[in-house]
Amino acid sequence: MTPLLEAVQPRSAEPVPAAASLADPMLPRPFEVRRVQAETYDTYTLELAPADGRPLRFRPGQFNMLYLFGVGEVAISISGDPGRPSPLVHTLRAVGAVTRGLCALKKGDVVGVRGPFGNEWPLDEAAGHDVVLVAGGIGLAPLRPAIYRLLAERKRFGRVVLLSGSRSPQDILFRHELERWRSRFDLEVVVTVDYAAGDWNGLVGVVTTLIPRAGFDPTDTVALACGPEVMMRFATRELERRGVPTERIYLSMERNMKCAVGFCGHCQYGPHFICKDGPIFPYRAIAPIFEIREV
Amino acid sequence: MSLQPLSALLAQTPLFQGLPAEDLELIAGCASNVKFDAGDFLFREGGPADTFYLVRHGNVSIEFFAPGRGPVTIQTRGEGEVIGWSWLFPPYTWSHDARAFELTRALAFNADCLRGKCDKDPRLGYELMKRFGQIVHERLEATRLQLLDLYGGDRDPAPRGRTAAKR
Ligand SMILES: Cc1cc2nc3c(=O)[nH]c(=O)nc-3n(C[C@H](O)[C@H](O)[C@H](O)COP(=O)(O)OP(=O)(O)OC[C@H]3O[C@@H](n4cnc5c(N)ncnc54)[C@H](O)[C@@H]3O)c2cc1C
Ligand code: FES
Repeated sequence: MTPLLEAVQPRSAEPVPAAASLADPMLPRPFEVRRVQAETYDTYTLELAPADGRPLRFRPGQFNMLYLFGVGEVAISISGDPGRPSPLVHTLRAVGAVTRGLCALKKGDVVGVRGPFGNEWPLDEAAGHDVVLVAGGIGLAPLRPAIYRLLAERKRFGRVVLLSGSRSPQDILFRHELERWRSRFDLEVVVTVDYAAGDWNGLVGVVTTLIPRAGFDPTDTVALACGPEVMMRFATRELERRGVPTERIYLSMERNMKCAVGFCGHCQYGPHFICKDGPIFPYRAIAPIFEIREV
Repeated sequence: MSLQPLSALLAQTPLFQGLPAEDLELIAGCASNVKFDAGDFLFREGGPADTFYLVRHGNVSIEFFAPGRGPVTIQTRGEGEVIGWSWLFPPYTWSHDARAFELTRALAFNADCLRGKCDKDPRLGYELMKRFGQIVHERLEATRLQLLDLYGGDRDPAPRGRTAAKR
């Protein structure tokens, strides 16, 4: 592991919630659906309760493999509060067979859960600095646990800025929570959409256009970005242009996953396995491959 | 208001930052403070592009009126941003609407006055052209990203009346 990647490995004194043995991480645990909340027309939040009553502890940025019995398994980030691991919360956009099936689940249905997997957002490293979070679309979901942690330990950080972009006003995730966060004095929240009809009274434009004017000190900022890769490419350029050092920019990457424990090679990204070395990477560690079209 | 405070104000804006004091004073000679209430139009499509604006506080939407769809906001502009560059190019008419969607304070620049000064002083003209070129470049880049429809989705991106429900 490179020193840069070590920077985003869990390092607190608490035991690291990672798959413990070879058998365990491949074995889904049954969880019961407690609640399904429609966030938008195609995105749903599932609240899951462990059948064995053992909460699944996780760190902000980690993901689980959700198994829809008889259909398949997909990687989904945990979108809940790491300080309240039960119920287990995931926010999913219905794009294909498995995610559509998961979004159609009802209270009482059972899903299989493996995890948590992957590393975490580098919040310990961000302590003492300004933090800017750049979210695009469903990318706000993997960042939400980091926001909960930042707010729970607010005094440890400088200015905290959340820049969130969605396709349209109808696609805005966690709308009520964004409104609540926006009313806080210790958090700057800016929301923008790419398209809007005349009845939208907010900002219009891609999320990267918010970076030049956001209230953080670029020389003393840690940036966390999650969203479509093209968005993250442009966000990285804007952050660099603003003066944020590349080693302080972190991106959450996605590739198809199967085993999620570094065996099958499905999630290979250049020399890295996203499930094992990521999903969060310091931009500097992946910069040489980030601009390559097909990796 | 005297010219001095206005040129000092200009010096703090991203557009004019770093210009020599004499340039700032020349430019300030073409500028005035203006205020728009929420809903006021700064200008409308087809109108004479005789002024451009630099937003001091507030937000302005750049809109097109599409028959059957009503006003469609393409982008919004906030503090420190420029509204309008049609004043630079013949036939000097606006190609879109600009509307304040909240109380907005701005600096308004008389286009004739500024074009006249640029014609007389090509060095200043070139400097301003470079700065406007940079803005146009950034906006084009942002528009291209917007066109990519990054976040995907099956539905019309701006339908009306859709709400989230609980199950
Ligand atoms: C570490 C990690 C964390 C993730 N976290 C989340 C999350 O929190 N919420 C969430 O909704 N999704 C998340 N994803 C993406 C999710 O895993 C995929 O959307 C899912 O695997 C699609 O499976 P499917 O069978 O439903 O669709 P498929 O049949 O596999 O794909 C259907 C269509 O969707 C497209 N598609 C597939 N994956 C993606 C993707 N990642 N983004 C956009 N389009 C895609 C495909 O190209 C295809 O056109 C994450 C992925 C990874 C690797
Ligand atoms: S998913 Fe198998 S190696 Fe990463």
